[in-house]
Amino acid sequence: MISKENDTMTQWIDVCAADALEPDDVIRFDHEGQTFAVYRTSDDAYCATDGLCTHEQVHLADGYLEGRIIECPKHNGRFDIMTGAAKGAPACIDLATYPVKVADERVLIGLG
Amino acid sequence: MSIRRIVIIGAGATGTAATRALRASGFDGALALIDGEGETPYERPALSKSVLTDAADPPVLLDAATIAREAIDLVSGIPAAAIDRAARCVTLANGPAISYDRLLIATGATPRRLTLPGAERVYYLRNLADARAIRTRLVPGAAIAIVGGGLIGLELAASARRLGCAVTVIEAAPRILGRAVPARLAAAIEARHRASGVAFHTSATIASIDGAGLRLDNDAWIGADAVIAGIGVVPETALAGAAGLALDNGIAVDAAFATSDSAIFAAGDCCALPHRLFGTARLRFESWRVAGDTGACVAATLLGVARPFDAVPWFWSDQYDETLQIAGMPQFGARIVERATGTAAPMLFHLAADGRLVAAAAFGPAGAIGRDIRIAERLIAACAHPAPEDLADPSRPLKVLLRGTVAA
Ligand SMILES: Cc1cc2nc3c(=O)[nH]c(=O)nc-3n(C[C@H](O)[C@H](O)[C@H](O)COP(=O)(O)OP(=O)(O)OC[C@H]3O[C@@H](n4cnc5c(N)ncnc54)[C@H](O)[C@@H]3O)c2cc1C
Ligand code: FES
Repeated sequence: MISKENDTMTQWIDVCAADALEPDDVIRFDHEGQTFAVYRTSDDAYCATDGLCTHEQVHLADGYLEGRIIECPKHNGRFDIMTGAAKGAPACIDLATYPVKVADERVLIGLG
Repeated sequence: MSIRRIVIIGAGATGTAATRALRASGFDGALALIDGEGETPYERPALSKSVLTDAADPPVLLDAATIAREAIDLVSGIPAAAIDRAARCVTLANGPAISYDRLLIATGATPRRLTLPGAERVYYLRNLADARAIRTRLVPGAAIAIVGGGLIGLELAASARRLGCAVTVIEAAPRILGRAVPARLAAAIEARHRASGVAFHTSATIASIDGAGLRLDNDAWIGADAVIAGIGVVPETALAGAAGLALDNGIAVDAAFATSDSAIFAAGDCCALPHRLFGTARLRFESWRVAGDTGACVAATLLGVARPFDAVPWFWSDQYDETLQIAGMPQFGARIVERATGTAAPMLFHLAADGRLVAAAAFGPAGAIGRDIRIAERLIAACAHPAPEDLADPSRPLKVLLRGTVAA
């Protein structure tokens, strides 16, 4: 499912059913050769970042989410999932973030 | 007394983390960082891995922009030569002295050296210059003998295999990886190395080394183009010892990093400190995240609010595409509970005699083990007494146990 928002170039790409992602959970989402991590926080906010750690390129979806911090499974680098900011060594390069919305019980990520 | 001048000796993980944390907590006085190595401060763990295999530069810990922005007086390439406790100043090797109100010693550790005939031929790996020298020897087809089946030796073995060298590991003990790594995982790691063609000699002592290889006590001969030793480290205590500070297998500090001089603190690999989770004896941790965590923690203490270190110790060791991760201290366990992970070895939970979780250890792809180790860390921090049957059951998410602990 691809739809265009009015007046913007953002493409909303279907990720999964809204209830496929539990509160306090993260999943990996691959699209056109890029990989993303899509999060649902314990207070039901959805957000998305690049899927690979900026330190050594492992999938952050295999990491541990606590509050709004995702911890990399490999060397414990930490990122704020809302801003993408690197929050703990050895991660020091920020992640890109992407808008996420829920419509018709589907989670959509805004790309482009 | 107000604290206006802080000096840090050593720009490794500990010293740089302390520098950042001091500025982050609002310290706006003079902050000098004395870096004896003279490189842009870098991540040491990369030295046995990407610096060798990809001829990469190690990731930087403190870049020039941060040094300028945070107004850090970096003394680069000039070691500290002495601490004058009465005058409260540090003398640099080239003469000048820098005064301090508070001093942090973060001088790390240095490789233990072999003492036997031919030992002068042996390479050691601690700093970037060492890694560059070793890199020139790891050419395809070269025979490399690695003395010591510890973490550094095994990481070197994996990197050397990746570069096409023939690798033999020589270990004095009956098995590799010693006390800090459970036998079950050590066996899985050894099997992984053997599958990649690494040869092992355990219970083997070296009699002598020459330009063509080394001879064992039992007279066996191992040909080698280069010999690299990773037989442990000794804390770098020379300055502290010369200044008369108390030592105890490292610079002796309390849980908030205080040495026997109230103006001087020590953190990271150079110190030995007690930890609330592991009794009263002083311990050494020798791992990267602990070093950074101690550096960040000691900042508060340097600014006058003693803050005991209480983060759970954790380390990783990447070998091939797998990683070994251990949270806590397996040595403090009385029994082991295994949990299947779908990788070559189970995750091992170490419980103390009273059932408290004191360590979790696993070896496999980071994506398969990293999250559960993170959760175990939190259970260890909370002094949880998880039910062994819950730990052993992979269908029962560990996260659920964590919720139970927090609620309790
Ligand atoms: C090759 C290698 C690979 C590693 N891999 C891992 C890993 O995968 N995972 C892990 O958890 N840990 C790993 N470690 C361990 C980890 O790097 C150390 O625990 C950590 O670096 C300790 O930090 P530190 O700042 O206390 O000491 P160091 O990093 O040793 O830094 C101390 C600094 O102080 C300097 N110094 C000493 N004396 C003076 C002086 N008189 N004046 C000025 N400067 C001085 C030293 O030259 C050094 O630059 C590895 C270590 C090595 C050597
Ligand atoms: S790969 Fe994520 S912190 Fe190293």
